Amino acid sequence: MSTPTATAPSIAPVQTGLSGANSKLAQVLRSGQFGVAVEISPPIGPNPEAVQKQIATLKGYADAYNVTDNQSAMVHMSSLAVSIMLKQAGLDPVVQFTCRDRNRLGLQGDLLGAAAFGIVNVLALSGDHPIWGDHPQCKSVYDIDSVNLIRMIRMMRNHQVFENGKPIPKRAPDFFIGAVENPFAPPYEFRPMRLAKKIVAGAQFIQTQLIYNLERFREFMKRAVDLGLHEKVYILAGVGPIRSIKVAEYMANQVAGMDVPDKITRRLQGLSKEDQAKAGIDICCEIASEVRQIEGVRGLHIMAVSWPDAVPQVARNLGLYPRPTL
Amino acid sequence: MSLRSFIQDHPTPLVWAWEITARVLVLMRPIFERVGVECSSRIVKPPEELGKHLLFNCQNCAQCVLHYTGMTCPMNCPKSLRNGPCGGVRLNGKCEVKPEMDCVWVKAYERSQRTPYAREIRRLNPPVDWRLEGLASWVTYAVGRDQITTGTDKKIRYADEALEGK
Repeated sequence: MSTPTATAPSIAPVQTGLSGANSKLAQVLRSGQFGVAVEISPPIGPNPEAVQKQIATLKGYADAYNVTDNQSAMVHMSSLAVSIMLKQAGLDPVVQFTCRDRNRLGLQGDLLGAAAFGIVNVLALSGDHPIWGDHPQCKSVYDIDSVNLIRMIRMMRNHQVFENGKPIPKRAPDFFIGAVENPFAPPYEFRPMRLAKKIVAGAQFIQTQLIYNLERFREFMKRAVDLGLHEKVYILAGVGPIRSIKVAEYMANQVAGMDVPDKITRRLQGLSKEDQAKAGIDICCEIASEVRQIEGVRGLHIMAVSWPDAVPQVARNLGLYPRPTL
Repeated sequence: MSLRSFIQDHPTPLVWAWEITARVLVLMRPIFERVGVECSSRIVKPPEELGKHLLFNCQNCAQCVLHYTGMTCPMNCPKSLRNGPCGGVRLNGKCEVKPEMDCVWVKAYERSQRTPYAREIRRLNPPVDWRLEGLASWVTYAVGRDQITTGTDKKIRYADEALEGK
């Protein structure tokens, strides 16, 4: 084995001045308006029709559309491929990148690919561990962590360099850089500081885990506002309708990092299937209206897990439709 | 509670041990440079590994951040996260992947607040250089070969930067 040498930047860093100006989400947030992002789930199969169907349902209801990256560590159509389909349909996608499946090479290659198709919004996250998914036997990558992924994307954009410090030929890719935070997972005291780390790394917008425990979220936001973080980053609060009591129980017990208080499940108890769905939308809208009043919340991230049909109703009930044109 | 976690939960002696070790390592630097990183590692590694394996379940990344992370090894995290906990930590503070294990970062945060390096938990730790894996961390530390910032960042940054102006 040869002695590894230190990796040093081979050129003086350039300042590209890029900051994701072509992102519709960035434009809405920067104009001071309330932003909306909606989640799209890629299909488990090679069928583009499933994507087209979601596009037809959701088009016009959000400023940006998050495309999940092998969500729950289960095989899905790739986030980048679906993002390209969205882009071609005239939607502004947020391509999600987890550190679970790709190393630095793979991530940077896909980031260049996203830039080539004019995809500006990217969201960096660690990713659910494979143990939760449909391939628990696979090797998880985690070559870098989410903070370093955010940092890598910022360096590619701001200084036109790869993670190894070498210059990117031709031009720098432009990105509007997103990150996630889960206010509901311990250690609660450290969470706002982790958010600050991500801001220093380069995050420009934050999408939170689904909010069902409002008190915990209020505490988190108070701490973030006290630290002044809400002025450094756009925080989009995660909300989502629950379709049935079964889904609520599943989320409470089986999904890592979810906090679904008993009072939510209790409200769904004893209702018929249709009434459960209706109550699910009501609960979501109630939480969303509360969340909008909290200082520092600049937008919503609506995640209707395998229930895209509910999103238009939620958005209309909250008065978030139609979206501003800029 | 195991003996290992008892010792880690009372990190003051570990901090002393680290400070003495760090001083010795600085003095050893010229020798390590002369002999070379690999050769020195072969000699230094066995005692380092013995101690760190017993005390911290060291994973041999050779770019040790123990004193920045409350004397808790972040490489024990199933996702090898070096900058804080993932969003999957269970409500009882246990790891999402290994339900019987405390989340490494829950422990790291608690313990760090009991060391003189409490601020270091806000440090943006650079990614692991996997080429170093298996070398002696004491050697890579002494010769300044561990934790090299990558890309254009010239020095290590802290979360405090986001708090400035407030």
